[in-house]
Amino acid sequence: MKLRSWFVLPTWAWMVGLFAAPFAIVLAYSFLARGVYGGVERPWTLENYQRLLDPLYLTILLRSFGMALLATLLCLILAFPAALFISRSSRHKNLYLQLVMLPFWTSFLVRTYAWLFLLRDTGLVNTALQKVGIIHAPLQLLYNDGAVLLGLVYGYLPFMVLPIYATLERLDPSLPEAAADLGARPWPTVLRVILPLSRPGIVAGAILVFIPCLGAYLTPDLLGGGRTVLVGNLVQSQFTTARDWPFGAAVSMLLMLLVTLLVWGILRRESEQLT
Amino acid sequence: MKRWLGLYAVVFFAFLHLPLLTLSVFSFNSSRFTVWEHFSLDWYRAVFRDPELIEGTWNSVIVAVAATLISTVVGTLCAYGLWKRGSRLLTGTLYLSLVTPEIVTGISLLALFQWMFRWLHWHLGLYTVILAHVAFSIAYVVIVISARLRTISPNLEEAAMDLGASEWGAFFYVILPALGPGIIAAALLALTVSFDDYVITSMVAGVDSQTLPMVIYAMARRGASPVINAISALITVFFGLLIVISQRVREA
Repeated sequence: MKLRSWFVLPTWAWMVGLFAAPFAIVLAYSFLARGVYGGVERPWTLENYQRLLDPLYLTILLRSFGMALLATLLCLILAFPAALFISRSSRHKNLYLQLVMLPFWTSFLVRTYAWLFLLRDTGLVNTALQKVGIIHAPLQLLYNDGAVLLGLVYGYLPFMVLPIYATLERLDPSLPEAAADLGARPWPTVLRVILPLSRPGIVAGAILVFIPCLGAYLTPDLLGGGRTVLVGNLVQSQFTTARDWPFGAAVSMLLMLLVTLLVWGILRRESEQLT
Repeated sequence: MKRWLGLYAVVFFAFLHLPLLTLSVFSFNSSRFTVWEHFSLDWYRAVFRDPELIEGTWNSVIVAVAATLISTVVGTLCAYGLWKRGSRLLTGTLYLSLVTPEIVTGISLLALFQWMFRWLHWHLGLYTVILAHVAFSIAYVVIVISARLRTISPNLEEAAMDLGASEWGAFFYVILPALGPGIIAAALLALTVSFDDYVITSMVAGVDSQTLPMVIYAMARRGASPVINAISALITVFFGLLIVISQRVREA
């Protein structure tokens, strides 16, 4: 056997043993019944998937979708001008890029916690507003959908900036110049020439933000305080407190199916557009 | 428009970095409220006196170092193998492992371990955490190293072999040194991802193997505290220094 064939073996072993095998087990569990002591029992059944049609769970699924979509949109709105600024800056381009990438290197948990610290009743925002006299009692800024949305946008914003920046960097500079020569003013040039041309970056960024937001568990748990139940929390609770593994497995499988179909569909459409 | 963009950039970078800066500043505040009293190192002393935090840090260091070493070696070899001959199945599996929601990865690993423990009478511990961390870090390593390999001409290796190097020799003395900076970058990424992970770790860690993120998370669930500010600032500074030093090393 050639050297290169041996080289991929450890990765294969890890992927089969600790990615494919666990996946197969969860898939099997999703068709089993809940055991008396929390485990799983036969007979094989479709009941777990039928339960997903319950309006209660459909709502959670739709809410997660809406939340992820909203977070992605907000990230796009916030990231595009920033990426444009960085691509147009000349002297400190590297510094700006480093500043965008810095959060990658600091802990996601710590950055989420930072908002817990800022938004709590005695946090900086409430203290400042009270000092100025705008409010007299602290506002409930934490443990609601808004806090979760903010946490998601803050957490995944760099994932949107970098791909858009990469596309803007590769953009043929003669195109916006041509638009200007033909009389387009700066703002319309950005909106009608540069924005459509940066589509590949926007799509890549949207995937990178939407996917982790859809399955988010940490942010809704910490900033939503258990009050904002998204599909990630639903999975977690089925495997811990509720001890209903088969149903949790069914929710996981649905989430995986959605994520895979979405990425596959978008990438397929984009590659068709390119060819 | 240039002025507007510049103005926006200031707001953007403030939004990105002020929360952590404020957090760090208030870790030196003697009061536990967000009103400045006076400078104090009390919260840092509290961090070093907290046995849970110390133990969590040790566990995290052990896990992160072990997972980084294993995933960097395994991932680098894999990237090289894929560079020589691509495999859509393996690349696809790696990407799939990357887009799988963390919580799903966590519960499936938990299900796997529990299923195995029915026959083997073992328990969840640090080794299950390390196995899990390697599983999700390999994809990152492969992607970083593959990007670096694409900049290397295949002729380089052929030239070495024409000059009498064996397949192993060409790999060790030609390809690996050329990959050096990529390997450092990949290892750093694996290290930060591993050290930071909470969601997957919390599912596969045993009762006696709490990592630092798990301890911090448990504390944060009870509400914000200056002790968490202090440990957060320490983590941020540590990784900040690590990145700066590694970049100096790479540039040198």
